[in-house]
Amino acid sequence: MAGKIKLDCRNVWKLYGQHTEKLLEEHPDPDDETLAQNAIIGAVRDACVKIREGEIFVIMGLSGSGKSTLVRCLSRLIEPTAGSIEFDGQDLLAMSEAELIDLRRKKIGMVFQNFALLPHLTVLQNVAFPLDVQGIDRKTRESRAREMIDTVGLSGREDYFPMQLSGGQQQRVGIARSLVGEPEIWFLDEPFSALDPLIRREMQDEFLRLQSILKKTIVFITHDFDEAIRLADRIAVMKNGRIEQTATPEELVLNPASEYIAEFTQHVAREKVLKLRSVMDTKLSAKSFAGDIDGNLSIAEAAATVEAAGKPLRVLDEKGKPVGQIDAKAVIDVLVGRPFK
Amino acid sequence: MIRGRPWLSFRFWFWSGLFLLTWALSSFSFQLYKALDARWIIRFPSKYEVPLASWLTDFFKWLQNDATFGLFTFRDATRFVSTILDWPYEQVRSLLIDGFRVGAGSSAIEVLPPLGWICVIVIVVALGWYAKNRYLAALAGACFVYLAVFGQWDAAMVTLASVLIAVPIGVIGGLVLGILAFRHDWFDKMLRPLLDLMQTVPVFAYLVPILVLFGFGPVAALVATIIYAMPPMVRVSTVALRNVPVEVVEAAKIVGCTKRQLLWKVLVPSAMPTLMVGVNQVIMLTLNMVIIASMIGAGGLGFDVLASLRRLDIGGGIEAGLAIVVMAIALDRLSQAFSRKPPDPIPPKGASFVQRHPWFVTTLAIAGTIYLAGFVLPWLREYPDEATITTSVFWESAIRWINVNFFDTLEAVKTFVLSYLLLPVKRFFTGIPWPWGVVVTGLIAGRIGGWRFGVIAALMALFIAANGLWAKAMITVYLCGVSVFIACAIGIPLGIWAGSNDRTNSVVGAIMDTLQTLPSFVYLIPVVMLFRVGDFSALIAVVLYALAPAVRYAAHGIRSIDPQLVEAGLVAGCTKRQLLWRIKLPLAAPSLLLGLNQTIMLALSMLVITALVGTRDLGQEVYIALTKANTGHGIVAGLSVAFIAIIADRIVSALAKSSENRLGLK
Repeated sequence: MAGKIKLDCRNVWKLYGQHTEKLLEEHPDPDDETLAQNAIIGAVRDACVKIREGEIFVIMGLSGSGKSTLVRCLSRLIEPTAGSIEFDGQDLLAMSEAELIDLRRKKIGMVFQNFALLPHLTVLQNVAFPLDVQGIDRKTRESRAREMIDTVGLSGREDYFPMQLSGGQQQRVGIARSLVGEPEIWFLDEPFSALDPLIRREMQDEFLRLQSILKKTIVFITHDFDEAIRLADRIAVMKNGRIEQTATPEELVLNPASEYIAEFTQHVAREKVLKLRSVMDTKLSAKSFAGDIDGNLSIAEAAATVEAAGKPLRVLDEKGKPVGQIDAKAVIDVLVGRPFK
Repeated sequence: MIRGRPWLSFRFWFWSGLFLLTWALSSFSFQLYKALDARWIIRFPSKYEVPLASWLTDFFKWLQNDATFGLFTFRDATRFVSTILDWPYEQVRSLLIDGFRVGAGSSAIEVLPPLGWICVIVIVVALGWYAKNRYLAALAGACFVYLAVFGQWDAAMVTLASVLIAVPIGVIGGLVLGILAFRHDWFDKMLRPLLDLMQTVPVFAYLVPILVLFGFGPVAALVATIIYAMPPMVRVSTVALRNVPVEVVEAAKIVGCTKRQLLWKVLVPSAMPTLMVGVNQVIMLTLNMVIIASMIGAGGLGFDVLASLRRLDIGGGIEAGLAIVVMAIALDRLSQAFSRKPPDPIPPKGASFVQRHPWFVTTLAIAGTIYLAGFVLPWLREYPDEATITTSVFWESAIRWINVNFFDTLEAVKTFVLSYLLLPVKRFFTGIPWPWGVVVTGLIAGRIGGWRFGVIAALMALFIAANGLWAKAMITVYLCGVSVFIACAIGIPLGIWAGSNDRTNSVVGAIMDTLQTLPSFVYLIPVVMLFRVGDFSALIAVVLYALAPAVRYAAHGIRSIDPQLVEAGLVAGCTKRQLLWRIKLPLAAPSLLLGLNQTIMLALSMLVITALVGTRDLGQEVYIALTKANTGHGIVAGLSVAFIAIIADRIVSALAKSSENRLGLK
């Protein structure tokens, strides 16, 4: 997890209204009241995120929480009012138009909520579009686009137009397009929100499968807490433009930083989030053990084994060192939602 | 408003007081003038009249004779524009009808003959088939066959040539201006009032300066047509580009599009369907101008109509008018089909040129063969005269028959409407003394659109009075008011009916489509034939022309009501009548008002044209200025019409906006 920091965003503000920069000079950290008085909307307020190489970083928040604005600041689709953003140590906000275009062509890919496919181009042309823009010749770009279409499982539909495809298929095209330039960082702005629940599930699986092959650095936006929990290595929860908490899914469930976050975590299927390590008894007090078990398994994954064992199991960390014990009662406590420990 | 007692509210007192005062002043203005011996009450004092018209005339004289930009004179510039427009126009005309010639005058030798009627029809049929299906191909083909069979071919091709030049220039110019306005806010802000003005100034008004600058001839007609047809394209382009989804623009930026790539590879193609709507509008407006443009030198069908109208040749006028309608229908349906056409399927890899462009190649082959065969068989090129059919005798006798048999009925209707509707309203409006007129305009506008707009409106009214046009302007207002009233009284119920019934909708929709395709002049022909010249004929022509938006917007308003609200009404036990009055009409109000707005605009533009049938309003002033080539006078009278239009437009839009806000619709 301790990868190098790919995207470092410090104290980023995005305010809408008049004289926003002046306001920030006078009040370095304006509260709701000051903003309201000046008729300014604080879309993103003092956001700090560090996105590490190879992780899936989810920004979660309800509509209007500023998550989409934040991700657009990170890709500089929107110019932040204040703050600094570094991409691989380079100051993103200081880049010229030409440098920015170059960076986007080579290092950034993005998927949009409503797919944002070009209606006048075929699937193949849509996927090849980023390469077309770079001036890559037709043969090369089409063969790369075909590979990408194959990867997302749309072979045979290269000559369809977007409107002839279902929502799920359109988003596959969107994904293929965002990956064809082999970006280093991959932004996904609510990619599955416009899809039906069943398709959404399927696309999430597809997304995890792709990531297991590609190992990109990912910034994923969603308003769906379950989706966030399911996909994230780390989650930043936003509310009213501020980041309330940044943590792993497990930490969020175990130690919600605020009432607001606790609201969300309350209804989460905890057995899927919590790992044995967090639930186990850290004292190895049992006289004998039925066997050893990996502490990084989730409760849901381990439940059958623990129950079948009859006796407590020894919990091991990554290095195979025993760090605690777990018995069926602890597992049942989590499953039925009793407070544990 | 005070609930339940509306007569206690300020609003009630304001409006009824204003009306009563105006009515009293209007009825007794003459007595007032006599009693006070103050002639200024009914006539703007002539010593204060602004000689704007003569200043403008002098200015145009100066432009034409003396203005220079250093390297070249203004006259050089207009000549340059003339040459640029004239050359392609001559080429297209040669291709369609005249044939390509070398030399001039009687010594000219024809190098290549024109395409010929069958070739043109083949091309049109192919376009229709390619754009949609064989039915459209048949329709388009039939329209053009009609032109040949009824002896309108030559004139129609002259008209088509000017359409083929004016439309591309209008479209490209409009697109470029639209893009500039989309990219630069300051340009948009500058352009917008200009476009407003362009769309409200009657065409006649700028015919005069164009005539002065470019001389009588097809080029002047082209310039006027382009100026008339371009503004909607500018607007449509800007709107179309703005409406490209933000996400699509972001997607383009994130893959690293440069500004130019963003525009040409993403924005313009994505906006294409909407842009095609603009192209359709340009085509329709161009055809609308056909007759008017013939006043300053466009030949073709428009000239035929105008000439027939002038010598009261009923049959000839209707024939040529119908030919314009037929052409308008063909071009309208073709361009609409192109705007809705799904993209072509991608041809298989490694396809030859023929395989990739099957339509183009086939059409070229057929048309080429016929063209070559035309050297041997002349009837393939020129429709044989002996096979033409003329309907003009039929029209003449039909009109004569109606006039003979129904003269008394028609006359009775006319007299009734004149004496019970037109004359009282006319007396009311023309009686209003100008100083009070200026004040009341300001008050109404200020009350509805805010005090700043009130001041502007009052100033505009003062402009009209100060140029000595007050009386004529009041006649315009009265005719426009009555026509709009009648158009709404017919159109809104019709629209509501169409809006709540699918079958009615398709019938009414088709009729309205046709009415809107007709060039405005065409309405005049039968009306004049039946009712002769005068206010009543003008009224009918204006009502017919301005009916369509009232119907359309009403139907649209009823249709776009959230079906859940109607269901809620049904569940609450509304009768059909309650449903209409309590739910549908209030919710459709903003749409009805927008329809009213459009109706007023169309009525005003048509009113100017009805000057030809003898109304004595501002339109007549413009028309007189045109016949005398009096630039200044034409522009001033034209501006006056534009000001009336702007005041009406802003008032009705403000009403529509406030009703939208009240209903919480966006």
